[in-house]
Amino acid sequence: MLRCQGGEPSITPKNNYGKRCLLNELLQGMYMSFLTVLFACLFYAATAILVVGLLLKIRTYARTPAPLKIPTTPAPTTKGGVVLRLTREVALFESLFKSNKWIWLFGYLFHAALLLVTLRHLRYFTEPVWTPIEMIQPFGMYAGFAMVAGLAGLWARRFLVDRVRYISTPSDHLILMLLIAIGLSGLGMTFVAHTDIVAVKAFMLGLMVFDLQPLPTDPILLIHLSLVALLMIIFPISKLLHAPGIFFSPTRNQTDDPRDRRHLSPWAAKLESGTQSKADA
Amino acid sequence: MAAPKFDVPKLTGFIEVPLLKEGASAHIKSFPASDVIQEGIGYPGPLVDGWHDKAIAKMGDLLGRYRSLQVFMDACVHCGACTDKCHYFIGTADPKNMPVARQELMRSVYRRHFTFAGKYFPSLVGAKDLTEETLQDWYSYYYQCSECRRCSVYCPYGIDTAEVTMAGREILDTVGIGQKYTNEIIGKMHKIGNNLGLPGPALADTLEGLEEDIFDNTGVPVKLPLDLEGAEIMLVTPSADFFAEPHVESLIGYAKVFHAAGISWTLSSKASEAGNFGLFIGSYENMRRGAMRIRDAALDLGVKRVVVGECGHAWRVAYSFWNTLTGVGHGGDDPFSKQLQKQLDPKYPAPQHICEFTYDLIQQGKLKFDKSLNDHRIITFHDSCNVARGSRMSDMPGGQFIIPREIIKAVANNFHDMQAETIHEGTFCCGGGGGLLTDDLMELRVKGALPRMEAFNNVVQEKQVNFLALICAICKSQFSKVIPYYGFDMSMVGGVHQLVATAILLEVPEETEQESEAEESEA
Repeated sequence: MLRCQGGEPSITPKNNYGKRCLLNELLQGMYMSFLTVLFACLFYAATAILVVGLLLKIRTYARTPAPLKIPTTPAPTTKGGVVLRLTREVALFESLFKSNKWIWLFGYLFHAALLLVTLRHLRYFTEPVWTPIEMIQPFGMYAGFAMVAGLAGLWARRFLVDRVRYISTPSDHLILMLLIAIGLSGLGMTFVAHTDIVAVKAFMLGLMVFDLQPLPTDPILLIHLSLVALLMIIFPISKLLHAPGIFFSPTRNQTDDPRDRRHLSPWAAKLESGTQSKADA
Repeated sequence: MAAPKFDVPKLTGFIEVPLLKEGASAHIKSFPASDVIQEGIGYPGPLVDGWHDKAIAKMGDLLGRYRSLQVFMDACVHCGACTDKCHYFIGTADPKNMPVARQELMRSVYRRHFTFAGKYFPSLVGAKDLTEETLQDWYSYYYQCSECRRCSVYCPYGIDTAEVTMAGREILDTVGIGQKYTNEIIGKMHKIGNNLGLPGPALADTLEGLEEDIFDNTGVPVKLPLDLEGAEIMLVTPSADFFAEPHVESLIGYAKVFHAAGISWTLSSKASEAGNFGLFIGSYENMRRGAMRIRDAALDLGVKRVVVGECGHAWRVAYSFWNTLTGVGHGGDDPFSKQLQKQLDPKYPAPQHICEFTYDLIQQGKLKFDKSLNDHRIITFHDSCNVARGSRMSDMPGGQFIIPREIIKAVANNFHDMQAETIHEGTFCCGGGGGLLTDDLMELRVKGALPRMEAFNNVVQEKQVNFLALICAICKSQFSKVIPYYGFDMSMVGGVHQLVATAILLEVPEETEQESEAEESEA
């Protein structure tokens, strides 16, 4: 055997050449374990930032009072109606559809594809893999293209439509670049340069039970994983907060019943204690 | 009409989205409020020392008090869905009149002071320090928004620029920068009781004059009672209804409906204003203070129902906020709201819109009309933004679109809607709402009316429409003044209850019939 293979270093060298090989393998092993530890730490940190950051933001949204009834009408008059309205908003992008068919098309394509792709990735985190996740694998693979196409459409608008060009900040472009790079690196592994997916899965399953398994060292995989971690880290400090935000948007989540129910926030109620109507005095 | 000092947009038959013209409306600024006006509504003036820290502190305060503002500051993704939805952008082409850009004036400062990314990577996320220039930009562009909420219909997250504009105006007021028109009117509401500063005796005089006019024209003794204790209904209406044209025609309409229904009703000299400009500057305290007059008047007069006249933002405040602000409504279980709510008749919504009231009577067959009396009119209806997107009529979502149209169809034969994307919740603002109905903003008002004028012009051309029916005092004043710029006659503008007044048949009492016959024979 003249070439060192990845994986566990061999402990039975046959000759001098083999000694050099052992050294090489040991070095590679150290390098690999360094990478493995590095990426494990990165993912633990990214997950912590994502979860804690989102929880803090959600807590802020939930605790901030909405003192006045401001649903954009016509609005549902019951809580069930509000659930339906929000469901249509989240599942179909109803308002966006009313607004602009191009943004809707690209935005919906991207989000729907992202959902499929994300679901498909669940197979790297579960053993055995759930049947529905097995079944969507082929769709999920090609959804990667739809995702990148949707993102490309959204990005094109930032250059081609003067109004959208005017409002685009550097971070708007960078987030699109980040998502496209995640999509392309993922597609690259699926269709061009395969990585050792069994090892990746072992790494991910290990991560979840704090039992580190070696991570393959293909650059494209490392790029893919780094970018995903970066996305997780910026989620709670960027416009990606639109995801939790929609559920707390008073114009969408309030019932239209102000004449039948008195709606009073704590700070507004305090105004009442000192200023009873004069007929009371 | 004097020749305008600006280019009046040409009507093309289409609502066109313009290419950006940076700074196109930067010169449009309404007159600032004097110190005296500011003090009258609890704000300082002029720009206070330490304004920077005070403005940031106020922003923090509002972020903690209004979930809307907190979520709207975070959630925008700059997708561009709202960029072509604002009538002021369509009319002026100034990019800062795109809803997202208007929000961005505040969001950039929010990011700088309240977010991690803006504190450490400001240029990356478009975060900016609050400078005096920024404040001036806020003053220009937060007073080029009529808080009509059209953008909120189309935003995928429901971001409502009106909420941002209101917060912007409140921060400006807090550091001493107010707008003359709006703040002066709020002061009058507090001091005298209505936006026009019309004192009680003058109001009584006006109403007497109207009673005489109606009697002379119809021979029917229709009354407009004032401060009548024990009346069943208190009508609260915008003070413009008392003498501005064409507003007063609708007031006559309400009076005729009450008369025909045989229900006792009254106006109140204390609650002589349905409008509440406190809404426009986002001031909960001023809005509440204005609304308390209605509560007090209802308690004083012991009325069982409160009905609101034709006024857009007033109906939003009444429908959506009165129950919260002052307990005019149902379903309260605290002593403050129960005090009034036990007096109000639970069979009727509180408050009730005059259109709901009239429509109910029509449904019950209690009103008689001769529709042919409106045959000289070919009518279209403009949905007022605050009614369309900030309130409701009847129990059914969308009732605010159905009821006024059903009333028009019950009293007139010729009705045509304008094109679909400009009515119902997609309606375009008249261009004068939200505290912009002032002559110092005439250029903005004319340009902001462009999309509505396009849609109106299309039905004028295709259906020979000659009457624009409205249910809002601001719309009536705005269109009366602005449609001549587009080549229409101001007599084309009027109220829904003006149409009711024309067609309603009232029973002429026998003695007055004889009197009028005698008068005729004398003549």
